Amino acid sequence: MPSQLVNEYFRTENLPHIWCPGCGNGIVTRSIIKAIDNLGLNKNEVCIVSGIGCSSRAPGYLDFNTLHTTHGRALAFATGVKLVKPNLHVIVITGDGDSSAIGGNHLIHAARRNIDITTIVFNNNTYGMTGGQYSPTTPTGDKGTTAPYGNIDANFDLCELAKAAGATYVSRGTIFTANMLIKQVEEGIKNKGFSFIEALTTCPTYYGRKNRKGEAVDMITYLKENAINIAAYDKLTEEQRKGKFIIGELHKSARPEYTEEYQKIIDSFAKER
Amino acid sequence: MADKIVKLMQGNEACVEGAIAAGMKFYAGYPITPSTEIAEISAEKLPKIGGTFIQMEDEIASISTIIGAAISGTKAMTATSGPGFSLKQEGIGYAVITETPCVIVNVQRGGPSTGLPTAPAQGDILQARWGTHGDHSIIALYPWSVKEIYETTIRAFNLSEKYRTPVILLMDEVIGHMREKIEISDEIVEIYNRKKPTCGPEEYKPFKVNEGDIVPEMAGFGEGYRFHVTGLVHGETGFPSNNNKVAEDLINRLINKIEENKDDIVKVDEYLIEDADVAIVAFGATGRSAKSAVDALRAEGMKAGLFRPITIWPLADNQLIELSKKVKRIVVVEMNMGQYFLEVDRVAGKHTKVEKYGRLNGELITPEEIVSFIKED
Repeated sequence: MPSQLVNEYFRTENLPHIWCPGCGNGIVTRSIIKAIDNLGLNKNEVCIVSGIGCSSRAPGYLDFNTLHTTHGRALAFATGVKLVKPNLHVIVITGDGDSSAIGGNHLIHAARRNIDITTIVFNNNTYGMTGGQYSPTTPTGDKGTTAPYGNIDANFDLCELAKAAGATYVSRGTIFTANMLIKQVEEGIKNKGFSFIEALTTCPTYYGRKNRKGEAVDMITYLKENAINIAAYDKLTEEQRKGKFIIGELHKSARPEYTEEYQKIIDSFAKER
Repeated sequence: MADKIVKLMQGNEACVEGAIAAGMKFYAGYPITPSTEIAEISAEKLPKIGGTFIQMEDEIASISTIIGAAISGTKAMTATSGPGFSLKQEGIGYAVITETPCVIVNVQRGGPSTGLPTAPAQGDILQARWGTHGDHSIIALYPWSVKEIYETTIRAFNLSEKYRTPVILLMDEVIGHMREKIEISDEIVEIYNRKKPTCGPEEYKPFKVNEGDIVPEMAGFGEGYRFHVTGLVHGETGFPSNNNKVAEDLINRLINKIEENKDDIVKVDEYLIEDADVAIVAFGATGRSAKSAVDALRAEGMKAGLFRPITIWPLADNQLIELSKKVKRIVVVEMNMGQYFLEVDRVAGKHTKVEKYGRLNGELITPEEIVSFIKED
């Protein structure tokens, strides 16, 4: 029996989804839905925009205003939606390749404008839809079908990128810490500005198999054992930090929001009239 | 009687004025010569009428943003040139398959690549038709004067709304930057707005064509309909499908809605064609040189005429076939090495001799050289 959450927010006629057994995308998608439910948002006032890739197929299953766009461009399409309908809660679902390789330029400029869009990156360290090529977040040394001898690229810290570009809410969560992820999405939606949430997820089919990371459970266990909350991370020695990564709320700031600033220009002329 | 405002106006400015008259409320763009004035003037005018301008980070973002804006219920436009038009092709295809009304202006410049940024060229004729990947049909319009830019921009919006399709407005650098007298009347121009759903959200199928309609009714985001839009092949519900029948039906419908309505979409201007022996086919700035050439040839006793497609895509094939049965010779004159010629020759070549005259060096084709080309043979 589908849960109440599924019945309320999913287009159940479009299920089952396309994701592989063991894929973490379902947990991230549920976290987004749960956050929307917790905030009590009206479904008619939520717009979910995505690009191309495994994660970007999520909006097709979700009962909101949904827009599945071209590869990398979700944030640009979402910018058009938000400017025309500022009352909508605009959420972008994207992947690591979609958001930081082909869509990298749109990401930094959406963050720079501080436009009120909540972006959730499903980071599985690979291009899953095309069969496991290395992405900008594939750890250096790891393998992909296009990095058969090991990836020599330095991998992106997406949260640092979003923060440096001007996002006013930045956090990282994992599919193991799903409750934390729900809160992070809630905070992101509540933030009046550009919010960036990196959700670390798993691709056992391609990234996992290629890099001998074990079964889905082993990959989730890895996330559990190596994710350190920011408060705890600060207290660790350099030695203890090796191989670990930070999760939690990484940045929060206040800055004028783009659509509100543009509305001020429109209003200045309305007064003249 | 309606008041008339007589103004000296630049072509790019007339484009913005026409767009606003048509109901444009959203513009996203990226600076590029020789179209930049369209962005600058939109930036100045749109907030004054409650509309929105945004300068995006690149050309692809600009077209993506106007599509997002259009799906949210507004009339949106972008303008570009040269390399920018190449970058827009991805978004044009998305607008085609998602049936999103929007207007893409291409003030052409010399190419390939960075080419001749400040010089006129008509090198994007076939790119306008086939630039985006996959089989599809498209509407592309081509005005030849400042006044006609104003009228054609309105028409571009109307056609985009009526047929739920991106419409490409091709312009020449020399017309975009030329200043000409233009009369704008405050008479109400005919404006077409997309048809909104007549049913409730429960029954709404975003890609279902109702009996007697040409295209599906179009809700906007945030209007209570909660529909899905994807660049994947989709059925009436809007959700992706791998079904061959669904794919075939969709692609045929996208093509047929334009090709079967040519009577409404295709517009040509004929000058002294009635008794002509030789017809010049030309558009945009080249059309102006061709008109002067026709006058010069007539002064010398040669029965010349001008056939000027204002709608360059879909092709005015019926009119061209009719023309080919009437004249002894057709000369296609264009600022490229013979792009439109290929199509004109394909449909008219069976009945009459079709020749091309083209040059691409950043200079306009003059009436004199058209005259001498026609007289030489």
